[in-house]
Amino acid sequence: MVQKLERLKESPSQTAGPYVHIGATPNWVEITGVWNEDLGLILVGPETKGERIIVKGRIFDGSGTPLKDALVEIWQADAEGLYNSPQEKRGQADPHFTGWGRQPTDGVTGEFKFETIKPGRVPYKDGRLMAPHITFWIVARGINIGLHTRMYFGDEAAANAECPVLARIEHKVRVATLVASRSEENGLPTYTFDIHLQGEKETVFFDI
Amino acid sequence: MSDQGSFYQRDRNWHPPAFAPQYKTTILRSPQYPLLSLDNTLSEMTGPVFGHDKLGPLDNDLIRNFAKTGDPIGQRIVVYGRVLDENARPVPGALLEFWQANAGGRYRHKKETYLAAIDPNFGGCGRTITDEEGRYWFRTIKPGAYPWPNGVNDWRPAHIHFSVFGQAFAQRLITQMYFEGDPMIWQCPIVSTIPDKVAVEQLIAALDRDNTLPMDALAYKFDIVLRGRRSTMFENRMEGN
Ligand SMILES: [Fe+3]
Repeated sequence: MVQKLERLKESPSQTAGPYVHIGATPNWVEITGVWNEDLGLILVGPETKGERIIVKGRIFDGSGTPLKDALVEIWQADAEGLYNSPQEKRGQADPHFTGWGRQPTDGVTGEFKFETIKPGRVPYKDGRLMAPHITFWIVARGINIGLHTRMYFGDEAAANAECPVLARIEHKVRVATLVASRSEENGLPTYTFDIHLQGEKETVFFDI
Repeated sequence: MSDQGSFYQRDRNWHPPAFAPQYKTTILRSPQYPLLSLDNTLSEMTGPVFGHDKLGPLDNDLIRNFAKTGDPIGQRIVVYGRVLDENARPVPGALLEFWQANAGGRYRHKKETYLAAIDPNFGGCGRTITDEEGRYWFRTIKPGAYPWPNGVNDWRPAHIHFSVFGQAFAQRLITQMYFEGDPMIWQCPIVSTIPDKVAVEQLIAALDRDNTLPMDALAYKFDIVLRGRRSTMFENRMEGN
């Protein structure tokens, strides 16, 4: 016998199922009057610092059909590259920006959409700067454990080229699955991030 | 929080695999390339926090938080427990959100078509934040089992869905709680996506007769474990590498 590590096992994940909205966005499924507003709907207010952007996209299954029952969460740094979190020890993030958003995919079109700001750069463990990115977490019926990925910005070619995380991707053709293309919508820079669960364009997902 | 290290690697053999064909929807929704393994960066070691100011007084009372004309039908229960990390330390300030079917196994959702009746007094959602010792509790009615389109005659055992925010985005977790003694747990294609029987048992809440409220509600104990962190003494060694 050796000494015991006295470790617990993480609770195993189970699918969020088709009715995740009841718990996550009840007002969106017309369960009203329980709480005032669904958490994570609004990231940006008038006092938030940084460039306003729209991030939108769809999540496709292996048949090319968009998921209409998924829940998408994003987590990102503020315009200066600081996270609004007690775990952030480098400085005080913008108090008018939570950095966390949550949206269901539309029940008809499958589209998700966030109004947010473009994040600043955050250092990797060794101090090199990562390219600006937004962390995505996706759950849905048929997804047994939440999928982590990142969205990078199509107009940040130089930063993307030196990002130590993107450099870890062995098959360079797959880097493009993490890079959102930029367009304009209602005068706002709009980044389209389509996520593919399977197939030739399968998005790079992370085990973090 | 003294420890600032990255989180222990997830044991992917303890969790259900993405592809589990007995649960048919996973077939087209499971990534097929290997995941990109990445030791946590600040993007994963930080996470949002939720203050008690977000919560209303009835948020952890599913018997009352939607009630219109009286109490919902069903077995009254209290669910309580602690949120811990893999180092067996309590996780204070964790946001828990839970949702469930009513006593007849029917969800209040526009896409739900099961013929069991909607309960006019039951919404099926609640939330709470763990206290300094990682404890939580809420009051609800016991959900019913329900059939679902997978095999021609598949049923879900009674369960409550849980979403958990710990102290970092790396700890983000959604899972389900089952009830002690339910034989249907072992017939469920979603439960059986978890490969290890001991891991399944980690999701089965114990009936706690001692904490049952006399003449009122049964009690079930359900502890949740989130990923644990490395101690910083190991992290610092790597500086400047
Ligand atoms: Fe369910």
